[in-house]
Order: sequence, then structure tokens, then C-alpha cells
Amino acid sequence: MVQTDLIKDPHVLTGKLHWGVIPFHDPVVAPVMVAAILGGLLLVAFVTYKKLWGYLWDEWFTSVDHKKIGIMYCIVALVMLVRGFSDAILMRTHQALATSDSFGEGFLPPEHYDQIFTAHGVIMIFFVATPLMVGIMNVIMPLQIGARDVAFPFLNSLSFYLFLVGALLINISLFVGEFAATGWLAYTPLSGIEYSPGVGVDYWIWALQISGIGTTLTAVNFVATILKMRAPGMTMMKMPVFTWTTFCANIIALVIFPILTVAIAQLTLDRYLDFNFFTNDDGGNQMMWVNLIWAWGHPEVYFLVLPAFGMISEVTATFSRKKLFGYVSLVWATIAITILSFLVWLHHFFTMGSGASVNAFFGIMTMIIGIPTGVKLYNWIFTMYKGRVELTASMWWVIAMLVTFTVGGMTGVMLSIPANDFVLHNSMFVPAHFHNVIIGGAVYGYFAGFTYWFPKATGVKLNETLGKWSVALWFFGYFFAWFPLYYTGFDGMTRRLQYIDNPEWQASMYISLIGVALIAAGIAAQVGNIVLSLYKRNDPQYKDVTGDPWDAHTLEWYTTSPPQFYNFGDVPYINDRDPLLDMKQKGTAYKRPEKYERIHMPKNTWAGPVLGMLTLPMGFGFVWHIWWMVLVSVAAIFVCWIKLNFERDKDYYVEVPEVEEIEGKFLKSNEGRSFYFEKNAKFYKKWKPSDQK
Amino acid sequence: MTALTNDHDLHDHDDHHHHEAEAADRYMFGFWLYIISDCLLFATLFATYAVMGQNFDNQITPNELFDLGFVAVETALLLLSSFTFGMAMLGANVENMAKMKFWLIITALLGLSFLGMEIYEFVHFSHEGATPQTSGYWTSFYSLVATHGLHVTAGLIWMSLLFVHFNRDGFTNENKIRLACLSLFWHFLDIIWICVFSFVYLRGAM
Repeated sequence: MVQTDLIKDPHVLTGKLHWGVIPFHDPVVAPVMVAAILGGLLLVAFVTYKKLWGYLWDEWFTSVDHKKIGIMYCIVALVMLVRGFSDAILMRTHQALATSDSFGEGFLPPEHYDQIFTAHGVIMIFFVATPLMVGIMNVIMPLQIGARDVAFPFLNSLSFYLFLVGALLINISLFVGEFAATGWLAYTPLSGIEYSPGVGVDYWIWALQISGIGTTLTAVNFVATILKMRAPGMTMMKMPVFTWTTFCANIIALVIFPILTVAIAQLTLDRYLDFNFFTNDDGGNQMMWVNLIWAWGHPEVYFLVLPAFGMISEVTATFSRKKLFGYVSLVWATIAITILSFLVWLHHFFTMGSGASVNAFFGIMTMIIGIPTGVKLYNWIFTMYKGRVELTASMWWVIAMLVTFTVGGMTGVMLSIPANDFVLHNSMFVPAHFHNVIIGGAVYGYFAGFTYWFPKATGVKLNETLGKWSVALWFFGYFFAWFPLYYTGFDGMTRRLQYIDNPEWQASMYISLIGVALIAAGIAAQVGNIVLSLYKRNDPQYKDVTGDPWDAHTLEWYTTSPPQFYNFGDVPYINDRDPLLDMKQKGTAYKRPEKYERIHMPKNTWAGPVLGMLTLPMGFGFVWHIWWMVLVSVAAIFVCWIKLNFERDKDYYVEVPEVEEIEGKFLKSNEGRSFYFEKNAKFYKKWKPSDQK
Repeated sequence: MTALTNDHDLHDHDDHHHHEAEAADRYMFGFWLYIISDCLLFATLFATYAVMGQNFDNQITPNELFDLGFVAVETALLLLSSFTFGMAMLGANVENMAKMKFWLIITALLGLSFLGMEIYEFVHFSHEGATPQTSGYWTSFYSLVATHGLHVTAGLIWMSLLFVHFNRDGFTNENKIRLACLSLFWHFLDIIWICVFSFVYLRGAM
């Protein structure tokens, strides 16, 4: 009774909040809540006991250093991976139990199950894949182009905190209230106020709105960085492929995230102020939501996968000991995908009934976008062909990606035929397909890049054996988990079933459960690997003293690991697509430059964390209709913004003696290698580019 | 940039100018990118308006309410404000503070009058029974036009902040970048308004 009253008529001080919204009695959530609170308190106690708050604030939270911001992105992404994967385990376990006569109906009630699949999708896309990718981009892209930082270091910090607030809001929804039970894209009219009167959709709205604005700012920042801050001599066609894909991905983000912002704002107006964008009556149009959300959502997929392609390219070239095969074709394929990604969105709802010609157009465009993607696969295969392939853990990820992604691409072509799609629409075949491409294409790519660049970011190499175990577990786990679901989907099983009444699918659900257990072991191996490697960071087997542990091609490896705060003491002139390889070939690597110059750097700022985190009470206030909280937060944001606007002291210089001292140590640690490259310049000259014979 | 005021030798001054030029280039470019994303924001709102353009739900229609004469004055005010901002920029180019401020104040007044007319129009429409809740059409009308109005409001707040900046520091590099970005923003809003005028008011009045 209390609850319905509050929904109609929120309290002045507490809005719709009351004790009933905290799930003390839920057997699944309550223990997690207790564990989370205890864990949080322990962490706070530990940091306080070790007197680390000052260090964390000065060196990390207020940092505008792109490398540190990137690392923070990756940490949050990995934590959220565990959260999102727990949802996956719950879903697979539940479906395995809910098909069986002996176990009855599973253990999750429908409203809870619906929240879980919604949260799983939102978390995995927005708060795992996106930040992991943005984190790696943040650390690596400025290093690859020889920049000191990104174009707008403060904006970068702000973007991170906006993303963090989104992630926090989703986690708060687990313990205070509920999350959306609408599916990850919150289709209207289900997500409208009439059918979802609770706060779940509001959490969805504010988590995505706030973090989405952060992504738009990141896109502005990275595009400006790549176009304006490259090292001298690095023309567009000399940029590393990862930088190219980062560039194209951020162009996509720049163009699509405003669509998401508007669509969510429209849903917000519908829910909060009774507007009629997507309502059933009063002249609303529900299919407009589906169009807008996919006009954002499909390019978003390419925003996620393009940088993964870039990472795969860098790893393949390095460990095949060859230059990348067909650099130019790879770049053009990337640009083609960027453009075509805007012309396929309707294939998500062929069943809308837009007619044969419209469906045919989008079906054909969908098939066409497979062509540049196929070009890339051949680029990687031919890079390996006749190379001296070194099967490191990151190379294992590449091979896992090539196989899995190809399968996923082919099921995508099946779905692109509208007539097929009418049969398969909304069946388990669809989740099986998109997990196949997102896990197989994007996530494996990120993990390849993560393993490859981990030493650059931290100065520590990951354990190879554990790395390979996690590849193997993920690889087989994926096929066990999803191939049975391709089958059940083909057989007519629809998505998002809380109860399955066809006993024939029981075996499939069991096999799928085995798969998810294998992936869980894979994730455990990855987390264990990171902990173990960092623990053994001074062990010679793990420590990276040269800054170039893989004998690689590109500029990011021509500095210490982890790099100095200013990245490069002296930014070399770029003569080649693979500048470090070029220097090794000419025997000019690791030579002291004639003179160093003082380095212009931005100062750390309080503004990122303070401004960013103030959106948390704002979002929370909006979710629960606590208007004073919204007003106070918005006023505080405005005041802080003005204060920042009038600050003067924003930058400083690193003077030459300091640069000389730091760089001297780095060159000294590479003295032997400098000599080695001089001796072996001939060897590197044999390293013929396969496309420039 | 102000951390650099005690530069002495020539080399440092070169350094200084190099960074200033580079920063101006970078900030202006970044602002263009922001304008692109804002363009897409408006494009989405226009698309919404196009989709919902006939969803009157048997309620009041725009041709019963739109007064093209009124909107023409609104449009003239905003277009004129773009011209006066241009005059302010000419003042800024020769670092003539009085000239710049004079034209900027005129611009702000024109912008304020535009906003006043828009608010008056909204209140008038609501009294006639056309609120955002009335029908799909009015939902899309108000959201599109008010988003433009919010941008103008933001521009006016920005303009008043710039006054404080120029009073404090004068024609510094940073302040010139700020003014140039605002000018870009203001002209951009003008272009958006021309689209609003053509697609919303002219079409709706028929």
C-alpha cells in the first residue's frame, strides 16, 4: 500500500524511497548486498589503515594522465565483468532448472529473471565492453601517435567519472529498488510509465544517459587527439591500424551517441512529464523508439568491434614477425565499415512490416558490410602466412577470435536475409548470433590487446600459461554455452524465457550450463593471472625492463613500461608505418637525441572527480523523484563548473634536467639492445613488409 | 597559460607562442567536433518531428495557432543577433574592448528578446490548449523548439561569463578562444533556427 501511494505522490524529502525497496528478504540479493557492504567497508578500512587516501587522490582520482585514466577504466570494466557474468550464470542455471520436471520451475521469479537479463545486457555492453575498450584506447592510442596526452585531459577525466556514475547507478539499483525488466534496449511501450511504473526503467535511463554523455565527450576528445596531435612525420596513412580503428570508432560514437541522448531524453519526458513520443495513444509512435535506438545501437556494435580489429592487427603483425599484410586495404575496410554501419539498423526489426523493398535494402546492406569485415580476416590470415608466428597468449586470443568470429559472421549473414529473419526473429538464435560476434569478435580482441599491452601499462608481463588456459576455457566454453542455443533457437525457442515447457530442450540447457562453467573458469584464470603477475612484478620473468618486451613495431613500445608521465622524452620524426621497426632497421633506436626540450604538461584537477561524481546524487534524485537532491546537485555542478572556468593555474613545464635524468635511465636500461639493433640491423631489414615488396 | 608569464629568454617565448597557437587550433577543432554532435542531436529531433508531424490525435493543429508574422520577428531578432556578434568579433580582432562589449551587449539583448518571444509563444499556445501533453505532434514541436531555446539560454549564460573573463584578463589567448567558440555556437544556433522556421513554422502554418 505504502509503495503505490509513494509512486503516485512522492514524499518531499525521500521521494519514492521507503524501507520496502531494499530487498532484505530476497534469498539471492540479500547475501550479495551484505557481502558488497562488508567488502566495501573492508576496502575503505584497508585504504585508511595504509593511509592511502592522499596518494589515491593525488596520483589517481584527480589525475588527467591518459594512462592512469585508462587503467581506472579497465579496473572498473573488470569488476563489472564479474557482475555481468554473475547474471549470466544465474540465467543459465535458472533455465537449466526451469526446463526440468524434477527441479520444477527454477529459482528466479519472473520479475527478477527479467531484471537479470536486462542488467546483463546493459552491463556487458555499456559497462564492460565499452570501458575496457575505451581504457585500452586511452592508454595506448596517445602513445602510438607520440602525443603527450589526449587533446583535452580534463574532459577525459570527466568522461571517466560520468561513466563511473552510470556503473554505480546500476549497482545501486541491485540493492535499492529494482532495475528495468524490459530487455537491454527498453523497448516502448513496455518501458513507458503505463507498463513499467516502478523505478527500474528510471535507473536504466539515468545510468545510460550520464555514461552516454561521457562517451560523447570521449569521442570528441579522441578524434581531436588523433587529428591534431600526431608525432611529426606521421601522416594519416602512417598511423598504426589500432589508431585508425580508434579514430573510426570515435567518429561513429561522435555521430551516434547524440541519437541515444535524444532518444533517452524523449523516453524521460514521456515517463516524467507525460509527453507522447512513444505512448500507445495520443499520437505517440512506439516504432520510432525502436528506430532511434537501433540507429544508435547498430553503429554502436561497430564502435565496439572496430578497435578490437585494430588490436588484433597489432598483435598479429608483432607475433608473426612481419609487417601487417595489406595495410591500405585494412584502412579502407575500416572506413567502409564506418560508413556502412549507419545503413543497416533496420535489420534488427525486419518484422516491423516496412515492406519488401525496405527490408530488401537493409538485408543487402547487411550482407555488403560483411565484405570489408571478410577483407580484414584475410589480412590477418595472410599476415600470419609465411611469418614466424610466435604462439604467445595474445596470439592464442587472435586465433580464437578468427575462428569464433567467422562462425558468428556466417550466422549473421543467415539472419540478414529478411525471409530467414521472419522465422528466427526473437528466437534464441539471435542471442546466440550476437554473443558469437561480440564475444568472438570484440571481447577476444580486447583480451588479445589487454594481454599484449598489459606490460606497457603496468611494467609487468602476464603469465603465459595461465593466459593460454583462459583462452582455451573461454574458447570451448563459448561453443558449449551457445551452440545448443543456436539449435534450440532454430527449433523455435524464443528469447528471455523464464520457464521452458519443452522437455526436448533440457539437454541443450545442461550443455549450455557446462559452457558457462568453463567460461567462469576462464575468467577466474584471468583474474588469477593479473593478481599473480602483479604479485611477482619484480621477478625477472615478469618484469619488463626494456619497454619493448615483444620486440614490436610501433611507437608505444619506444618508451619505458609503464611510460613516464610525459610519455616520450623526445618524440622522434616518423618515417614509416612501423616507426620502431624502422629505427631498429636503421640502427637508430635508443640513441640519445642531441638535446631535450622542456615539456609542457597539464596539471591534475579536482574538477573531474567532483563534477563527475555530483551527477550521482543528481541521477539518484531523478530516479526516486527526490527533487531537492536534484536541485542541490545541479546547483553544485553549476557552481563547480564556474569555479573551474575561472581557474588560472592549469599547466606547467617539466624542465630539461629532469627529463635528462629520467631519459638517461631509460636509455641506459636499453644500452645492450641499442648495440644489439646496430649489430642486427640486417636481420630486421630482412623483415620485409608483405605488401610492399 | 598564465603559468607562463615569467618567461625570459627568446627561446621560451617561441615555445610559448607555439603552445598558444597549438592550443587555439586544438580547442577550435574540438569545438567543431562538439558542433557536429550537436547537429546530430538536432537532426534526431527534426527526424522525430518529421515522423510525428501529422499525429494530431484530433486535437488542435498548428495552422490554427501559428502566427507567421510573430515568428518572422523572432527570426529577424536572432538573425540580427548573429550579425551583431559578427561585429563583436571584428572588435575582438583589433582588440577593441569597448567595441566588442558594445556589440556583445546588443547581441545579448537580441537573444533575450528572442527568448522572451519564444516563452510568450509557448505560454500563449498552452492557453489555447496546445501543451506538450496534448498530442504526439505538440510533443515533438515543443521538444524541438525548446531544445533550441535551451541552447540559446546556455549561449546567453556563456556570454555573461565571458564578460567577467574579459574584465579580469582582457584579450588573452584563452579568452579569444572562448569568444571564437561562442561565436561559432551562436551562428550554429542561427542555422538551426532557420531550419526550425522553414520546417516547423512555414510547413505547420499551411
